[in-house]
Amino acid sequence: MDKPDEIKKTLNIDRPEGDWMESKVEFKKGTYCYGAPLKHQQYLGLPHQREWQPHDPDWKLPENWKEIIIEGMKGILKKNRALKLFMDICVRCGACADKCHFFIGSGDPKNMPVVRAELLRSVYRRYFTLQGRLFRRLAGARDLTVDVLKEWFYYFYQCTECRRCSVYCPYGIDTCEITMAARELLNLVGCNIQWIVEPASNCYRTGNHLGVPPHAFKETLGFALDEIRDITGINIEAPINKKGAEVLFVAPSADYFASPHWYTLLGYLMLFHEIGLDYTWSAYASEGGNFGLFHSTELAKRLNAKIYEEAKRLKVKWILGGECGHMWRVIHQYMDTMNGPADFLEVPVSPITGTRFEHARSTKMIHIAEFTADLIQNNKLNLDKSRNDKWIITFHDSCNPARSMGLLEEPRFIIKNTCNHFYEMPENTIREKTFCCGSGAGLGADENLEMRLKGGMPRAMAVKYVKEKYGVNMLACMCAIDKAALPAVLDYWVSGVEVCGVHELVGNALVMKGEKKRETNLRGEPLE
Amino acid sequence: MKVILPFFLVIAIVFFIYGGIKFYDAHIILGIIIPYVCFAVAIVGFVARVIKWAISPVPFNITTVCGQQKSLPFIRHSFIESPASRTGVFIRMLFETLFFRSLSRNDRAELYGNERRLIYGRDRYLWLASILFHWSLLIIVLRHLRFFLEPVPHWILFLQDLDSLFQSHLTPFYISNVLISMGILYLFFRRFKKRNYYISLPSDYFILFLIGGIIISGILLRHIYRADLYSVKVFLYGLIYLNPVPFGGFGVMFYIHFCLICILLAYLPYSKLMHMAGVFLSPTRNIRNDSRARRHINPWNYPVKVHSYEEWEKEFKDALKEAGIPQEGGNG
Ligand code: HEM
Ligand code: HEM
Ligand code: SF4
Ligand code: SF4
Ligand code: SF4
Repeated sequence: MDKPDEIKKTLNIDRPEGDWMESKVEFKKGTYCYGAPLKHQQYLGLPHQREWQPHDPDWKLPENWKEIIIEGMKGILKKNRALKLFMDICVRCGACADKCHFFIGSGDPKNMPVVRAELLRSVYRRYFTLQGRLFRRLAGARDLTVDVLKEWFYYFYQCTECRRCSVYCPYGIDTCEITMAARELLNLVGCNIQWIVEPASNCYRTGNHLGVPPHAFKETLGFALDEIRDITGINIEAPINKKGAEVLFVAPSADYFASPHWYTLLGYLMLFHEIGLDYTWSAYASEGGNFGLFHSTELAKRLNAKIYEEAKRLKVKWILGGECGHMWRVIHQYMDTMNGPADFLEVPVSPITGTRFEHARSTKMIHIAEFTADLIQNNKLNLDKSRNDKWIITFHDSCNPARSMGLLEEPRFIIKNTCNHFYEMPENTIREKTFCCGSGAGLGADENLEMRLKGGMPRAMAVKYVKEKYGVNMLACMCAIDKAALPAVLDYWVSGVEVCGVHELVGNALVMKGEKKRETNLRGEPLE
Repeated sequence: MKVILPFFLVIAIVFFIYGGIKFYDAHIILGIIIPYVCFAVAIVGFVARVIKWAISPVPFNITTVCGQQKSLPFIRHSFIESPASRTGVFIRMLFETLFFRSLSRNDRAELYGNERRLIYGRDRYLWLASILFHWSLLIIVLRHLRFFLEPVPHWILFLQDLDSLFQSHLTPFYISNVLISMGILYLFFRRFKKRNYYISLPSDYFILFLIGGIIISGILLRHIYRADLYSVKVFLYGLIYLNPVPFGGFGVMFYIHFCLICILLAYLPYSKLMHMAGVFLSPTRNIRNDSRARRHINPWNYPVKVHSYEEWEKEFKDALKEAGIPQEGGNG
């Protein structure tokens, strides 16, 4: 891939050429994800199983693939008002066009949310509307052909379902919904990607995306406890599958297997110990994230079911969730509907402050940022901000917590109480207008790196701005995929800015009872 | 192509009406049959479409949240942008439909200068033009009610005075006419900017030409080819009370204005103009952001295959034992 400056020089976001109804996609290496391996398709029992790759000329589609798709579309339209409405009412005003990070970063006009949606809409018009049947191209209708299908695959796996376009659309048309529908359709004829199906299959079997079996899960938590002992001199426990605990804690599995997520995990463990929370991890529900969401609502439900099932079995009172983006989309907007009602649980009450979390009274699960912000507000934590002085921090709102939950102030409140230096990025790139990292919705595959880096460009440019203006050297965020994706994105576009979780900052600042003098921060770097 | 074709289509329609009246005296077709047919198509189509939307379920709460959620008492929650109550949703929808709130957020991504810095400039023109266009349209349609109501209500007369800034001569021009023309001209010309041209379909231009034609013919009707407003009223009452009078009393311009409107009405249910109804039903805007406080019901929720705890425990029995993780049947 070219140097950042080269890419920026040739980037064209104002003057697209050609006609979106024409043109075939070219599967250029670096800009698409590989097909799902047969083994995992089989494990999940997905439709039309086979080995295949998007760059194969022959996709080995089922013979009646067209009927399957059109029947499928009919079904989805019947089941979902949003989709039907969004198919009908777009006025092509173009307000959403330059709001998508993939369009800004790649300049590919079919990455404008409105055109992405038109790819599906044109087929909808052709088979489901009168004017489309009569006037075809003139009415913006297209026949469903293999080329169209390939184009769907290419562009609907170039949308991170981040919902930024929906904020700007005068009717709230949410291209995420359209992408979800298109992916469900593609799945019906067996076109799905490894980076989604494999984690989903792992999660279905072992309980987490990485396929970590229970003993290894316990082992890594053990490593974390050792590290905490080295840093603080305190012995901590991390109960697993403990029946009768008050709280079940569920975090994305990357937190205990990837970096820089790891330091966030240390932060959680230290916090729970310090406040004496009666909680448990689960090795069965050892994943908060849900790659099923990027595949189909059915798969999302199949994976998500474990959380309630486990809470019921362990007889906990309520559930606490870690830092993750799409995990919280599922928990906030889907879990209760899919797998509820959670009438075997109680309304979450913080055992330390007594605060009743009324806003989660039905789902009975709260976000750790809500929990910690409440602790801080009630002065239950002894925090030494100076331990984070090394860092000049900015905060990246992860799309899902921002636009699907409205979790905007809690993390900022925590950061301001744990750090001395905090600066916001430009207003158009934060809170509900936040830019995606470019790797969400299952697109974080290595083979897709070029596209991800381009998609991450708008976020990175905003970071660059605060870096140059305030000397920012740390980007805090609350999403497992962000933590995995942004280091590479920032390295490429900005360099010199690291990525951390919010609870890493808490772990650093937390003054624990009986701790030894801290020599290093959680990353093992000497404190100044 | 995208532009020329719809342009000539509208021109052809106008000629068709012109010729019909001028050479064939087709008052019955243009003055009776077309309005009734178009009106019937419009009503049936509109109602059918809205019913289709309304009966399809909303399986999940998919609010697009644009502000701070309601959570902890010490954090100020954004009452409108992240509504947790019905009142909040109501106000949010009011802002959306009356003031195009979301459109007013618009900005423009630009690569600026030699360094090609990515910046976001303000871009309120689309919003402004849309507001001008839609509000003027509303005022014009309201003023038109004077052709349909007898006696003409006072507020319409007042609106009329207001709209003409109380000019005293006989046929004052209306401010709304100027504003709607400015609005639609902007909306039209912006569709030629490369990016908007790329996303536009012929139908987008067609609607603008059609509405443009209505506006032009309306203005001509008022200021140049005057129509006798009394006969207009008689004519409309005839249609409304199903006692149509084919009427030759007014000129071609009236028929052009009138038939273009009929065509717009008939086309409306099959076009993007349905946004006027759809905007109220959009699930990303009209649901409360309270999905953790109140369970949203999915009417087609169905049981799915899951990997149950028992199956899982069986599969990992040895690993669990080795690690000393408690099991259901004890660790024996
Ligand atoms: C509740 C009523 C309505 C609302 C909230 C509404 C809202 C909007 C909004 C937000 C836009 C997008 C901005 C733009 O492109 O101008 C739009 C576009 C448009 N509206 Fe409406 N509208 C309503 C009713 C109508 C009616 C009754 C008509 C005409 C018969 C109409 C005709 C149009 C047209 C032609 C466009 C596209 C303009 C373009 O080509 O850019 N709208 N409307
Ligand atoms: C059945 C429906 C309609 C009838 C019978 C009708 C008739 C007329 C008549 C008789 C005039 C001349 C008024 C005068 O001399 O003061 C006029 C003007 C006008 N009409 Fe219509 N019209 C109809 C619907 C519409 C609609 C839907 C629009 C908008 C899209 C529209 C836009 C205009 C405009 C812009 C004028 C210029 C003067 C003014 O603003 O009042 N008309 N119309
Ligand atoms: S902002 Fe909404 S209405 Fe406008 S083009 Fe985009 S999706 Fe369509
Ligand atoms: S949801 Fe996000 S990635 Fe998808 S089209 Fe909209 S802005 Fe682009
Ligand atoms: S990975 Fe993070 S930034 Fe990207 S879509 Fe998910 S929540 Fe958004």
